[in-house]
Amino acid sequence: MSIGQFRIFFHPTKSRVVPPIATMAANLGRICGSKLLGTSGVVGFQQAKQLSTARAWTNGQKKLIASVGAVAGGLGALLFALESSVEASGTEVHPPAMPWSHRGIISSLDHQSIRRGYEVYKQVCSACHSMRYIAYRNLVGVSHTEAEAKAEAEEIMVRDGPDDTGNYYTRPGKLSDYFPSPYPNEEAARAANNGAYPPDLSYIVSARKGGEDYVFSLLTGYYDAPAGVVLRDGQYFNPYFPGGAISMSQVLYNEVIEYSDGTPPTTSQLAKDVATFLKWTSEPEHDDRKQLTIKAFGILAFLGVIAYYIKRHKWSTLKSRKIVFTPKDK
Amino acid sequence: MKAIYNTLFKRTSTYAVGIMASVFFFERAFEVGSTTLFESVNKGKLWKDIKGKYE
Ligand code: HEC
Repeated sequence: MSIGQFRIFFHPTKSRVVPPIATMAANLGRICGSKLLGTSGVVGFQQAKQLSTARAWTNGQKKLIASVGAVAGGLGALLFALESSVEASGTEVHPPAMPWSHRGIISSLDHQSIRRGYEVYKQVCSACHSMRYIAYRNLVGVSHTEAEAKAEAEEIMVRDGPDDTGNYYTRPGKLSDYFPSPYPNEEAARAANNGAYPPDLSYIVSARKGGEDYVFSLLTGYYDAPAGVVLRDGQYFNPYFPGGAISMSQVLYNEVIEYSDGTPPTTSQLAKDVATFLKWTSEPEHDDRKQLTIKAFGILAFLGVIAYYIKRHKWSTLKSRKIVFTPKDK
Repeated sequence: MKAIYNTLFKRTSTYAVGIMASVFFFERAFEVGSTTLFESVNKGKLWKDIKGKYE
């Protein structure tokens, strides 16, 4: 028993592969007769109506899609709101986002600033903080020429050995040597700093929430402790430091060092340069990454255009055909 | 279009050669283009822009 008839229509011009498909459909109809294209009661009436592409969305379907969209949007907004409200808890002040010249998606680090930041680290921070994972050779081609980096390395003395007679000796540093540590071990560092350990600065920008913004705000954020905040001996008040009481005193002041390139060494300039330097030591691949961003987006745009064309091409037959179900008149 | 098809795409051998040759030129142009864009956006900040002062 047949409940009706299916017919497939192809748009004569929009469909790019009309002729073969149309003939195929015709052949199919000829060979299989009513078995395939005309149904024989296998497809129910409701099912048959669903298969038809010639109908518009019903009201119910439109409402369903609209409410799914509204629920998804609402959930997204709720998650976003929850995430931001978590940020507001805790007592420390969040560092403001500074207008770093490397902040754009394809902006490189400022290498002149890295060079000045190295001077700040070497003359100020290295008195207490080690940078065990950075070697003099890393400076070559980033902030120093090879000859300059060699000269920097030769300023330090390194313990080496054993030599032919089995003895240890000290020699001037080489490019392959790592930055020297101010203390032989953590215990010595703590003993010299009121029990607080000055962390290794090699990866400090990656290791702290807020990254270089945090380092900048921390170095420039010393204030008199407000009433009610109790500081122990050797502690200082810094609202950006979790808890507020930090065992590192303010170390950067106007003109605490002089820059070899003549830049005025204001507190904020010093903090900005050393933060840029620490950003580079934490993310030495930063510039390569930014350059790869350009390439990745370029290739993706290229592939996107191709994918769009192929999709249109492959779908043209589906988009330009209609399957119509005509119920059998009783 | 037809000329390209007849000389390059019709035979697998020329098709493969065509792919290799166009990959070479595409890669060169893409590499040089993206590097130029990167260096012009960041002019003055890169090591290559300041190293003249220290050599
Ligand atoms: C007089 C020694 C001294 C000098 C000089 C010094 N620091 Fe520190 N620094 C410390 C100590 C001690 C701590 C640990 C503080 C604590 O845990 O309370 C510390 C902690 C830090 C921290 C980690 C804060 C955190 O979130 O845990 C950073 C970042 C830092 N210093 C950066 C610097 C930079 C950059 C310089 C150079 C401009 C510098 N320090 C110079 C002693 C010093």
